[in-house]
Amino acid sequence: MKSRQTYSWVGRPLLDPKLHHQTYREMSVKVEGCSTELHIHVGQFVLVEGNDDENPYVAKLVELFEDGSEPRSRKRARVQWFIRFCEVPVCKQHLLGRKPAAQEIFWYDYPACDSNINAETIIGPVQVVALAPDEVIPTDLKNEKTLFVKLSWNEKKFSPLSPELFAQLEKLQEGSPRCQKSVEAKTKNIESPSCTTAERAVKRVESRHSSSKSRPAPTHPVTPRARKRLELSSSPRTPNTRISRQTSWASPDSPRRTKRKAALSEITSPSKRSQPDGLQTPSPARKAPEKTGEIQRRSCAKDDKKVSAERHMTLRPRVPALKTTVLSEERRLTPTRGGRRSSMVPSVILIPENIRKREAEEPEAQDEAVSSRHHTSRKSSLLTLNQIKQQLRFLGKSESDSEDEEFLPAAEIPDSSSEEEEDSTSPLPRTPSGASRNLRSSTKLSLQTPSKTPKKTPKPRTPHHATPRIRSRNLAAQEPASMLEEARLRLHVSAVPESLPCREQEFQDIYNFVESKLLDQTGGCMYISGVPGTGKTATVHEVIRGLQQAAQANDVPPFQYIEVNGMKLTEPHQVYVQILQKLTGQKATAIHAAELLAKRFRTQGSSQETTVLLVDELDLLWTQKQDVMYNLFDWPTHKEARLVVLTIANTMDLPERIMMNRVSSRLGLTRMSFQPYTHSQLQQILGSRLKHLRAFEDDAIQFVARKVAALSGDARRCLDICRRATDICEFSCQKPGSPGLVTVAHLLEAVDEMFSSSYITAIKNSSVLEQSFLRAILAEFRRSGLEEATFQQVYSQHVALCRMEGLPYPTMTETMAVCCQLGSCRLLLVEPSRNDLLLRVRLNVSQDAVLYALKEE
Amino acid sequence: MSSRKLKSNNLKHSECLSQVQRILRERFCHQSLHSNLFGVQVQYKHLIELLKRTAIYGESNSVLIIGPRGSGKTMLINHALKELMEVEEVSENVLQVHLNGLLQINDNIALKEITRQLNLENVVGDKVFGSFAENLSFLLEALKKGDRTSSCPVIFILDEFDLFAHHKNQTLLYNLFDISQSAQTPVAVVGLTCRLDILELLEKRVKSRFSHRQIHLMNSFGFPQYLKIFKEQLSLPAEFPDKLFAEKWNENVQCLSEDRSVREVLQKHFNVSKNLRSLHMLLMLALNRVTSSHPFMTAADLMEANQLCSMDSKANIVHGLSVLEICLIIAMKHLNDIYEEEPFNFQMVYNEFQKFVQRKAHSVYNFEKPVVMKAFEHLQQLELIRPMERTSVNAQREYQLMKLLLDSTQIMNALQKYPNCPTDVRQWATSSLSWL
Repeated sequence: MKSRQTYSWVGRPLLDPKLHHQTYREMSVKVEGCSTELHIHVGQFVLVEGNDDENPYVAKLVELFEDGSEPRSRKRARVQWFIRFCEVPVCKQHLLGRKPAAQEIFWYDYPACDSNINAETIIGPVQVVALAPDEVIPTDLKNEKTLFVKLSWNEKKFSPLSPELFAQLEKLQEGSPRCQKSVEAKTKNIESPSCTTAERAVKRVESRHSSSKSRPAPTHPVTPRARKRLELSSSPRTPNTRISRQTSWASPDSPRRTKRKAALSEITSPSKRSQPDGLQTPSPARKAPEKTGEIQRRSCAKDDKKVSAERHMTLRPRVPALKTTVLSEERRLTPTRGGRRSSMVPSVILIPENIRKREAEEPEAQDEAVSSRHHTSRKSSLLTLNQIKQQLRFLGKSESDSEDEEFLPAAEIPDSSSEEEEDSTSPLPRTPSGASRNLRSSTKLSLQTPSKTPKKTPKPRTPHHATPRIRSRNLAAQEPASMLEEARLRLHVSAVPESLPCREQEFQDIYNFVESKLLDQTGGCMYISGVPGTGKTATVHEVIRGLQQAAQANDVPPFQYIEVNGMKLTEPHQVYVQILQKLTGQKATAIHAAELLAKRFRTQGSSQETTVLLVDELDLLWTQKQDVMYNLFDWPTHKEARLVVLTIANTMDLPERIMMNRVSSRLGLTRMSFQPYTHSQLQQILGSRLKHLRAFEDDAIQFVARKVAALSGDARRCLDICRRATDICEFSCQKPGSPGLVTVAHLLEAVDEMFSSSYITAIKNSSVLEQSFLRAILAEFRRSGLEEATFQQVYSQHVALCRMEGLPYPTMTETMAVCCQLGSCRLLLVEPSRNDLLLRVRLNVSQDAVLYALKEE
Repeated sequence: MSSRKLKSNNLKHSECLSQVQRILRERFCHQSLHSNLFGVQVQYKHLIELLKRTAIYGESNSVLIIGPRGSGKTMLINHALKELMEVEEVSENVLQVHLNGLLQINDNIALKEITRQLNLENVVGDKVFGSFAENLSFLLEALKKGDRTSSCPVIFILDEFDLFAHHKNQTLLYNLFDISQSAQTPVAVVGLTCRLDILELLEKRVKSRFSHRQIHLMNSFGFPQYLKIFKEQLSLPAEFPDKLFAEKWNENVQCLSEDRSVREVLQKHFNVSKNLRSLHMLLMLALNRVTSSHPFMTAADLMEANQLCSMDSKANIVHGLSVLEICLIIAMKHLNDIYEEEPFNFQMVYNEFQKFVQRKAHSVYNFEKPVVMKAFEHLQQLELIRPMERTSVNAQREYQLMKLLLDSTQIMNALQKYPNCPTDVRQWATSSLSWL
């Protein structure tokens, strides 16, 4: 866990009468339990908490001010952002045209980006060196904490820094003597970058441990085991490098991550800012990492000491090795000694910052950074999903789990640590339009209207995204043993075939449509219709799968795919909520989500990649005002939205039938209709599913295909019939022991079972009185010539009939019971029985069918 | 001494009888799983195979069990589940969700109930149940997470399935069937309904996702089987503590089943309804007549019970009416005859009654109008007459149109049995013109 930090202003406020807020020149950050302070001046380069612990945001501090309009978080800062290469959208990274240097950042020339931040998210100063366009970025980095800026990035292209900007930056650089000094004091404690992979694994182990070590929660005794292992593993090296490496790794894994969370929670929940020190309270989601690092947390007090050792090293590289060993030893033995270090290192105040600096000093760290960058870029497509996962994992990991981890054998640790590392690298890169920026803008909004913005998204304390699953089974599911079972498995509708036969044309059309939109970077709508079970949704899924593969191969630009289903919504307006959640992970009410989405899709440059939206069961999104449909089709018409909307419904003329003109006009004329499968197509589908599996006779397949094609052309029906036929076949063939082929007879039985009406059998199996009541109804209908009669009329007929047939006299109560029984089966349609004698009775079956059923006896 | 012996014998007898009554009542009232299934072996096999495949292979399925009330749908599924749970590899692996259309009257309640029965609410931690929309997406997400081989299969049992089809948009059914047709958590959706037209109730998309497997229970047995069921339902089990008594009892049951009058009673009952529940009702009534002084059921008991069962309830109400009320009903009957089932009002009935009292009646006192009105209102409260439309506040009650809810044959039969019916009233009832 991160130690508490107190932010306070230094110097007198410079009151700005126009802006109604007070500006400051300097801010001091004080770490709790440590007497030193870190001063941050306006004009300095700072690191700002971001989603990515390893690469915090870099910015230049432009202004520090106190905002009176927001009661909770008063300390604000205005910054000029820099952007790291890994934060550049993946699809744009190639625009640089060369490999970026490890320490290279870019001047972020993008006015739309919100530059107003909470001052309490500032981590600490950092050194940034501006380079002239012709200068080469020093590759033999002596001081890895220094960042270099050479180009600017404006979301469209990289361009060299303008001369005045360059001069300004240059001047700034000169102006900060402290940084300058550290640049000069380049240390030689760097390992050669050619360390073996084994070594690296070891380092990971170490880093993992040290990461937990650095956490400031000094209560538990240190578990010596993990520590010892560390020492062993790093024996060939000089102790001081080891320590520095350790400490450098302290940051990326834990404190920063937790800190980032804190930052998020701070940003998102204003209630938290009310705390005087502006720091986070431990959220439940953070419990897990806390525990993981339990061993070393206690030793965090020494963290600063480590830092001090480190600092000495930086200044005097020839620190005797012995001394550091002693230091580390000391650390182990005396876990809580917070008071001392301040005297040793007066200049060091902010732990994370120092850690970060040290991190930059190491080539391994660099290696890791590169690899993590790789992670980030790979994962940038997953964006929010990962965040959700991460939270889930924290949540899901039980305490015992993480405690176990500490005592895992050494061999296993690299795995888990890499997993953790993934965790820490997975979160959002600072893409200007991604959720993070949104977040920032929402913070800005909250400045003016604090109550309005629902800042819910990444609030770590309530696991909104914690979607549990059905518990997994104890015993593994059996695999199919016989051929019929295998066939049954393949015939299940859920089985995903490798290809969709008979829909090649439709597939190609949809693919071309979406691909062209992706390539043109425009938006558009498409309406797909067809009766149920004709493969509409399956085809679209197939298209998306194909496009996603193409996007991976860089054939088409990457895109985001979202799917909503009208049937899976409780109410049409919920579609906004779902889209927003899938797009950004935010949660909002329907009205607010609509606003946010409209803003996103209608404002310039809000998205950098195309969004493909599939709306299934469109007809259920119909509302009186049709505003949902209108919006869905209106967004793609905006050039900036880059939204491709694919809609699916059953009826071909839905746009004409239920949509207003202005809605259907926006939907456009890109329509496609899926015809019901013909018998040959169904045959082909069955054939492709049963490839190399002789479970069905050819005739049988043809029979079922023709039967279904004649009925509905629904592929689901076809598969279900076949599946049922395998059951029947298995059942009937059980006696000889060898289940044979499914024949036409089996299929015929299955079809009969599924489609034959049960009314006739129901009448045949009904009781004598029920049958005679039906006869009485027929007689009454014949008498009156109407298709409807009251119960009283039928009753008199019934009495007469019973007398004729020699049945005992039926009382009214009995007859009423009979009538209700028939009514509950829906052989009769009856009114509610409170109408008693006057209730009207109609047949739900044709009179001929009743006659036929009754005659049989 | 002999008297003491007799007494102890008696005591033993009464103990045995209370045992018998307990066992049999349990059998008739609770659908105990110990009773055997009658004539539904094929259906049972189909169902159990289906459930086993879901439980063991993780294959999703959906099926409807259709049959009239009392045909044993619930018993069938309960038997199947019981057998399924006895299989070792299944018992730990299957989750069950029982829903009833009468209890879960909308999808929101149903979703909450599903979440509760799946024990998912623990996982959400501090999050209390949110809106309907959140619940739905939550549950769908949960079910979507699973896959065929690793997730625990869930068996959904939807009793009164037809009522779920009336929910808005059939959201729940669509989603359940959609899960059963896609590669998510394996589910088996079993619907129980008595409606034969259930498939027509399903929306086309829902219908397409339903596998169209239907198991029909049709009470397709004949009278000989009915007789066998009767015997089986009444016999005592072999593990009855007093073997001697059980033997005697079962012997008696055998005799009963061969008795002609008993057969007649059963045949009559069978003709009315094949429903086993009505048989249970009959046997229950007969069983209640068994006492220590009358330890074995006789044919007379059954006949009496049958009479009770087939009694006309409205005629019984008429037996308890006052003479004035009977007179009013007769007046209404005449009005119905004259005006051919046209509705009448109080004034018409009163006039008719006045005619009778003034010209013919000797025994009936000429009541004042308010008294007659009161009697008329009493008839309305008994629902022997029914207003044509809703009573409005300002309408005059005398002129409100009414309909008689008794058939003329019913009235005549009831009068036959009416105790101490004055002869002139009886005469008036037979003919509206008799007083002329």
